Amino acid sequence: MVGSKQRRIPGALLIGATILFFYLPIILMIVFSFNDSRSLTSWNGFSLRWYQELTRNREIVQVVTTTIVVAIISTIVSTIIGTITAIGLSKCSRLLKEIILDVNDLPILNPEIVTAIGMMLLFSSLAVEKGFWTMLLAHIAFSIPYVILSVLPKLRRLDPNIAEAALDLGAKPMTAMTKVIIPQIMPGIISGALIAFTMSFDDFVISYFVTGNGVKNISIFVYTMSKRVNPTINALSTIMVVLITIALVAVNIVPFVTKRKEEGKA
Amino acid sequence: MKGFRSLVRPYIVFGFIFIVIPMVLIVLYAFTKSGNSVLTFQFTFDNFKKFFDPVFVKVLGKSLEIAIMTTVICVLIGYPIAYAISKLKENTQTFLIVVITVPMWINMLVRTYAWISLISDNGIINSILVAIGLSPVKIMYTDFAVTLGMVYNFLPFMILQIHSSLTRMDYSLIEASYDLGANRTQTFRKVVFPLSLSGVISGITLVFLPAVSTFVIPKLLGGGSYVLIGNLIENQFITVGEWNFGSAISLIMAVIIMISMWVTRKFDQDPEANREVVNNGGV
Repeated sequence: MVGSKQRRIPGALLIGATILFFYLPIILMIVFSFNDSRSLTSWNGFSLRWYQELTRNREIVQVVTTTIVVAIISTIVSTIIGTITAIGLSKCSRLLKEIILDVNDLPILNPEIVTAIGMMLLFSSLAVEKGFWTMLLAHIAFSIPYVILSVLPKLRRLDPNIAEAALDLGAKPMTAMTKVIIPQIMPGIISGALIAFTMSFDDFVISYFVTGNGVKNISIFVYTMSKRVNPTINALSTIMVVLITIALVAVNIVPFVTKRKEEGKA
Repeated sequence: MKGFRSLVRPYIVFGFIFIVIPMVLIVLYAFTKSGNSVLTFQFTFDNFKKFFDPVFVKVLGKSLEIAIMTTVICVLIGYPIAYAISKLKENTQTFLIVVITVPMWINMLVRTYAWISLISDNGIINSILVAIGLSPVKIMYTDFAVTLGMVYNFLPFMILQIHSSLTRMDYSLIEASYDLGANRTQTFRKVVFPLSLSGVISGITLVFLPAVSTFVIPKLLGGGSYVLIGNLIENQFITVGEWNFGSAISLIMAVIIMISMWVTRKFDQDPEANREVVNNGGV
């Protein structure tokens, strides 16, 4: 027993050091978002001025709105198209399925910058004016492959007889799909939608190449701003960190705790 | 049921427009002269010849050097961490994995940006060094800063991949190894490590690929004059406006990445399982 404890100490140190490495910059960023000066290195006292700046600065409000609107619309559209396509794929011939999946893998395997310039060239060739709509279309396009890949495995595990039974019992194909197939693959759809949302929310490279007319999302704003240090970004990031942490805790810890409680009751 | 087949049709059209055509356009631009419209292309290899100028080859070499360095560091740090986590109680493991995942959900630019206040010339690290009587060190705008930024951003991928391959492992194989008289080291070398190799390999892919193509990290931590291949492409498209040359560089980069992925996958015995891991990695 003593031996195994001793062996664990380097492991614990290593894990601790890694977590410190991952969180140190984030903690500093949070601390300095409450700093009463422009400095990101020396502490001048507590203040909420950067958070006030966040609501006053029109450009930032605009940027945050764009990011959220693009993320929500692209998540909805890509989840619907991705799910429908995955259902279709599970029923089509092996060859067609292979071809579609290989093409579908391209944006996932390609470096982002390659996908980005491809889209940029596409939009310019079609003489589409770059801005909000091109950004939205690009986000839908790069999200669908991930939705398909997260829904497809759930369909593979699905018993085809159940949908057949629904059809035999007189359900229309549309009803069979919404009442029988979709509820069973819901976990895959939800995780696909989550991936789509975060990918869109965090995207920089693709948005950067396909946007225009001064339309910016948060990432582009940070990129163009970072040349002159601005603590407003720290405030914005802190809010994002808090929201993400709450969401992650809700997703990961709550089911865990409720499960425990239920087990306790039983 | 067969009627559901037609559901793939919209995506066939969509995928053709947004995945296939863009790739074709990159190839087209890479092999044509600049200035002409897409319909009257004049084929040329000049864009590729131009790349073999020593200046650009040097940029490519530097990018590969930094990406390989980053990947090696991530394996060397990531494996022991993943291994240490996999030895803990299951609840603790879940908790630690969430703790490692949280930063990944924070905007990559924001996370990289956060390092600047630590490592800049009058940043926190240097303030501490000066306060304890040492001379300040130059970290910002060096290879070290860029590699640090990359390791910081990509190490979680490596840890998660290796950890999942370690925990998916059939424990009875390890027990069998002990029963047959192997000691800890032998069991690790002959059983655990080979079985975790698929995780290491998908980790390498997930680190090397973004590391070789990123232009954000070198720009933020390496400064404006720090050029890796991603920056070169960005410059061609955003500042210089030489789309044909930019397309050629992207094509060269894509080929290098494909070759390196093909080589890495050769080491993998179970590519199908690998695909699943990669897909589940983000969630």
